[in-house]
Amino acid sequence: MEDRSNQEQSTKIEGGEAAVIQLSRVSSLEKAGGLWCSLRPFYEGCIHFMLFVCASISILVTVGIVVVLLYESVQFFYDVPILEFLTGTRWSPLLKPQHFGILPLLCGTMLVAGGSAIVAVPIGLGTAIYLSEYASPRFRDIVKPMLEILAGIPSVVFGYLAIVFVSPIIREIFPSAGVFNAASACIVVGIMILPMIISLSEDILQSVPLSLRAAAFALGANKFEVTVRVIVPAALSGIMASFLLAISRAIGETMAVTLAAGATPKLTLNPLESIQTMTAYIVQVSQGDTPTGTLEYRTIFAVGLALFITTMVMNVIAQYILSRVGERYE
Amino acid sequence: MSSKPDIYTTKRRGRITNMLFTSACFLATMTCIFLLVLLIWNIIIQGKGWLSWEFIERLPSRFPDKAGIKTALWGSIWLISLTAMFSVPLGVGAALYLEEYAPRSRWRKLIQLNIANLAGVPSIVYGILGLGLFVRALQLERSVLSGALTLTLVVLPIIILASQEALRAVPDSIRRSAYALGATRWQTVWYQVLPASLPGIMTGVILSLSRALGEAAPLIAVGAMAYVPFVPERLTDEFTALPIQIFIWTSRPQEDFHHLAAAGILVLLVVLVSMNAIAIFVRHKYGKKIRW
Repeated sequence: MEDRSNQEQSTKIEGGEAAVIQLSRVSSLEKAGGLWCSLRPFYEGCIHFMLFVCASISILVTVGIVVVLLYESVQFFYDVPILEFLTGTRWSPLLKPQHFGILPLLCGTMLVAGGSAIVAVPIGLGTAIYLSEYASPRFRDIVKPMLEILAGIPSVVFGYLAIVFVSPIIREIFPSAGVFNAASACIVVGIMILPMIISLSEDILQSVPLSLRAAAFALGANKFEVTVRVIVPAALSGIMASFLLAISRAIGETMAVTLAAGATPKLTLNPLESIQTMTAYIVQVSQGDTPTGTLEYRTIFAVGLALFITTMVMNVIAQYILSRVGERYE
Repeated sequence: MSSKPDIYTTKRRGRITNMLFTSACFLATMTCIFLLVLLIWNIIIQGKGWLSWEFIERLPSRFPDKAGIKTALWGSIWLISLTAMFSVPLGVGAALYLEEYAPRSRWRKLIQLNIANLAGVPSIVYGILGLGLFVRALQLERSVLSGALTLTLVVLPIIILASQEALRAVPDSIRRSAYALGATRWQTVWYQVLPASLPGIMTGVILSLSRALGEAAPLIAVGAMAYVPFVPERLTDEFTALPIQIFIWTSRPQEDFHHLAAAGILVLLVVLVSMNAIAIFVRHKYGKKIRW
């Protein structure tokens, strides 16, 4: 013990020495001009201010998102009553007669989000528990980089896989399914959000203090009982937060869903049918040549606003839960 | 034959559930790995016959056997370089302010919460912001510059969060020794804290840029969709990007275009994997040199 603290101290001193060497180089530079020394406080202040501006940009971005979305949406709601937008059951802004009810898009989005959660939650939670509680350090070292690779695969690649690989398999099993169907979107988006669920849940599981495990083992519980009756309940709120974040990601997921689920807004819960999500609709309009300033053009801002609010609410709840989790075991 | 199970049966049952649960969790882990291998294998099988040097050098075409990714690849290179130029100084600066300068006030907490939430905003929403702000309000049109600025907004929160983590890993003793020797705040940050946290920051930057490289949705929203038969030469030129080219090819019904898309994906994945490899290399090589 003593030896170790000695060592720590000596490394700290070494750090200090490095600082001395660096600083002597600085001060010799500064000796060159006395003017520089008198300018020093001003210079420091400038840097402080510049860094402050950098940090404030993040606030500006949020304000920018809200302003841009609201500005165009308000104009949209002059033409389309907000009640019709929120409760209408038909969405066909690009075809005559136009209908502006967002429910079909919302339903499509929730279908994909729910379906992908059904795919990802059991596998993700199981993997997180295995990696956190059972796996040897060596096994973890092999699996975790592989999950990082999975997390790094772009969403358009998953869209490709949905069309070329997943959809044909689904049509083999259910011949009534279309080329574009919600099920293939659910599966690939589920795979996409897997790494997120795993890494967040695993962090939460790891943060459960050792004393809880030790106490449970001391009472004669076996590993299964310790994991399922002690560790997971203790980490439950954090695990829920990780599910929320993952589902919010699935809601905002764009390219894979656009490619896999098709472009027919429909109020259905049948995963074998072609549907359209909010994100896919925005892509559809952006791809075409909708003239600026028309009602059709403004729909994407209104849909974007709905999307932004949905994901924002879920994220804020998840962040709140996570911040509470951190406090609990300190 | 008692109605209550005796202690040995209970124990045995416990052992069986334990074993079943362990294997279920192991199975879940193996499923993840299996899926990853299966997906990548599938792409390699589909795309390998179409991948060639000419594929990288040719311009886009309506005929699958003549199509290439030259403009898309150059578009991506432009985008990623510009994005790096904008986002790295801004992101590292913001992280420095939050970690080294800002007093522990409500304002700092607000910025922090805001950044965490921005990181969760869907990228297509940034695309809409880019459309409203850069393309329309600032009149930058559908240019490389609008695309890069939009991507900057997408990756900025990620770079800030990663840099903050790297800065937090630098022990306070370093800062205190520097202050004790009479260094000003900026001297402490510039000569001590930044060099010490550089490997961590670099890793975060490379990973967020690789995320930007794979983004297609915000670029489509700002209008990078048009067929672009030339390589961008100025900031105001129209552009396309590799993920967008893949998207277009995948959405065609003909089988041949799907093979082209797979070949494009292979190129994209090779670039992404090498960027990740660089990040890991930086973390291992330079991360170990500095010890405290």
